[in-house]
Amino acid sequence: MLQSPSAPKQPVTISTRVDKVGARPAFWRSFRATLAVLIAAITLLPAVWMAMTAFKSQPDAVSAPPKVFFRPTLEGFVGLLTARRQLTPSEIEEYRQRTDLNWVERIVARRGQVIIGQSEFLKYLVNSLIISVTSTFLSIVLGVLAAYAFSRFKIRGEADLLFFILSTRMLPPVVVTIPIFLMYRALGLFDTHFGLILLYTAFNLSFAVWLLKGFIDEIPKEYEEAALVDGYTRLQAFRKIVLPQAATGIAATTVFSFIFAWNEYAFALMLTSNVARTAPPSLPSRIGTGVVEWSTIAAGSLAFLIPAVILTFALRKHLLRGVTFGAIRKG
Amino acid sequence: MATIHLQQVDKLFGTSYAVKPMDLTIKNGEFVVLLGPSGCGKTTTLRMISGLESVTNGMITFDGKDVTWLHPSERDISFVFQFFALYSHMSCYENISFPLQAKNEPKDEIKRKVSQVAQMLRIESLLDKRPGSLSGGDQQRVALARALVRKPAAFLMDEPLGALDAEFRDSMRAEIKRLHIEQGATTVYVTHDQIEAMAMADKVVVMSAAEVQQVGTPLEVYYDPSNLFVAKFIGSPGMNLLKGHYENGTVGLPGDNLLTVSEKAKTLLGKAVGTGEVVVGFRPESVVLKEDGQLHGSVYSSDLHGGYTMLHLSLGSDIVHARGERRMKYAMNTMLRFDLKSEQVRFFDPKTEKSIK
Repeated sequence: MLQSPSAPKQPVTISTRVDKVGARPAFWRSFRATLAVLIAAITLLPAVWMAMTAFKSQPDAVSAPPKVFFRPTLEGFVGLLTARRQLTPSEIEEYRQRTDLNWVERIVARRGQVIIGQSEFLKYLVNSLIISVTSTFLSIVLGVLAAYAFSRFKIRGEADLLFFILSTRMLPPVVVTIPIFLMYRALGLFDTHFGLILLYTAFNLSFAVWLLKGFIDEIPKEYEEAALVDGYTRLQAFRKIVLPQAATGIAATTVFSFIFAWNEYAFALMLTSNVARTAPPSLPSRIGTGVVEWSTIAAGSLAFLIPAVILTFALRKHLLRGVTFGAIRKG
Repeated sequence: MATIHLQQVDKLFGTSYAVKPMDLTIKNGEFVVLLGPSGCGKTTTLRMISGLESVTNGMITFDGKDVTWLHPSERDISFVFQFFALYSHMSCYENISFPLQAKNEPKDEIKRKVSQVAQMLRIESLLDKRPGSLSGGDQQRVALARALVRKPAAFLMDEPLGALDAEFRDSMRAEIKRLHIEQGATTVYVTHDQIEAMAMADKVVVMSAAEVQQVGTPLEVYYDPSNLFVAKFIGSPGMNLLKGHYENGTVGLPGDNLLTVSEKAKTLLGKAVGTGEVVVGFRPESVVLKEDGQLHGSVYSSDLHGGYTMLHLSLGSDIVHARGERRMKYAMNTMLRFDLKSEQVRFFDPKTEKSIK
C-alpha cells in the first residue's frame, strides 16, 4: 500500500472532522468515569452512614471512634415504632429472668426499657404521604392546565402574570411563616391536613407552571391541529395528544414537587402540632427527650427516604430526559 | 368528495392582509395547487379551508353547504402537514387509526381500513413501529395513510414534500399524484416549488403578496402568464423579460436589437399600446439559434444541464437565458444570432405589469 513518507505510524482510521476528534479520548473517558464515581461516593457517604447507624445499637452508634464494622440490630427501628418507658433497676432484674418475651420486647429490655405502646411515627409518615401526594397531584393538575393556557392562548398581560406567579418563590418561605401561622390560626387551618396541602400546592404551583409551560411549548402545535382535523375536539386533543406528549415534563415536575412537599420542614414545624404533623419535624423532636437515640433517628430518616427514592426511581427515565429541558426531538 | 367554493374570502392580521379577498372554485376530484413564494398567503388560505384559521370576511362552502364557521373536526377534511405531525407516543398503526377512533368505528372495521390503506402505501411492515424510527419518506407515507384512511371530503396538504430529501421527494410526488388519480379525491396542495405544481396540478393558483395572481392549468400559467410576477416565478429560470419600445410592428430591444412581431401581435399591440413601452417575454426554449437570426447577443456564460446547455446571453445590460445544443461548445463572449418562436412571445404592459392580450 502506498503511504506518504510523512504519514503517521498508525493508519488514521477515525474521522478527523473538527467535532469528532478529542485528545486521548480513552483517557478522558476513564477520567470522567472516575470523577463521576468519586462525586457519587462523596454524595452518598452521609446516606450510607445514616443507613449504617439505623442498624446500630445505641452504644455502637455513639462510640468514639465511630465503628465501621458492628453487629446489626433492629433496635433503631423498634425504637422508632414504639413508645417506651425506662425500667427501674429492680424491674430490670425481673425482666432478665422472664422467658415469655418476644424478640421485640427482648431488644427493648436489653436497653432497660419496656414498650408501653405504639409511637406516632407511622401516623406522621402517613400524614406526610397524604399531604405530599395530594398537594403534588393538585399542583400538577392545575399546573398543566395553566401551562397549557399560557403556552397556547393569547393571554392579556401574559408576561406580567407569569412573573407574578414566579415572584411567589422569590423570598425564602421562612420569612412568611409567622404571618401564615397567624392567618392559619385565625382561619382554623392550623394543624390540619388541608392547611399544609393548600400551602404546598401554592408553593409548587409556580414551579409547575413554569416548568410545564416549557415542555408544552416544545410540543408542535401541528400535533393538536392534526387531531382537530381528524375529528377531535380541543379538549380531546389535549387529553390524547398534549398530555402523553408532555409525559416527560409531567414526570419531572411530579418528582420535584413531591420532593419539595415531602422534605418541607419549616412550615410543617410551625403550622402543625399533632394531628397533621408530618415526618420531617417529628424526627428531630426525638432528640429532645432524654438521651439522644441516634439509631432511632437514623432509622426514621431511612424510612423517610424510601418513598422519595421509589418515586424517583420509578420515573427515572422521564426524569433524565426531563432535566435536559427542551431537548425533546421535534416532530 | 366535495366541490370547495371560496367567495370573497380574506384574512386580516391586525390591519394588514394575509390574504386579500379571493374567489376560488375547487371542483370535485380536482387537484389544485396553491403556489407562491413564502409569506404569500397560500398556507393561510389552506388553513382557512381547513378551519384551523378563521376567515375575516367571506364564505367557504363544501358542496354548497356553508362551512365558514364550522370547527375543523366538523368539516370532514384531512390535513397533511409539512413536518408530518405524527404522534410520537403512538405506533404507526395507532397513528393511522386515530381519525377512525374519533368516529368510534368498530375495531375490526378500523383494522380492515388501516391494513387496506397500509397496503396501498406499502407500509404494512411499519405498522408496529414508532414514527420516530422511520425515514422521512416513510413518515410522510404514514401521514398520508392517516389522511387517506377516512375517505374525507377533501385532502389539504401543506408542503408535504418540503421536509423530504430530494430522492424521496421525486418518488413521493409520483405517489401522491397516483393516489389522487386512484382516489379521485378533491385535493388542495400548497407548495412554493413550481416544479411540484407543474407536475401535479390540474389547476394552479399562483399567489403573491397576499393576492391571487393567476388561476389556470399548468400549461396556461407557463405559456400565458397573466402578469410579470407569474412570468418570472414560473419556470426555472423564469421567462426572459426585456423592456423595449414598440413602434409600427417592431420592438427595439436592449443591445441594439430590433424584433419584428407577428401580424397577430401587431394588431394586438397597435390596439393596446399604439407606440410606446412594452415588456417582451419569452421562454429559454423559445429561442432558436440561427446563423441569420434577427437578434444577437454575446455569450456571458453557459452551463451544461446534461440534456441541453443553458446559455446566458448578454443583450446590452440584460441577460437572456436560452437553450443551446448540448454538443456545442459556446466560448465566452462569442456573438450568437437567434430568432424567437413568434407564437411563443408574450407582451406585457410595463406600467400595470399585466399581460397584453
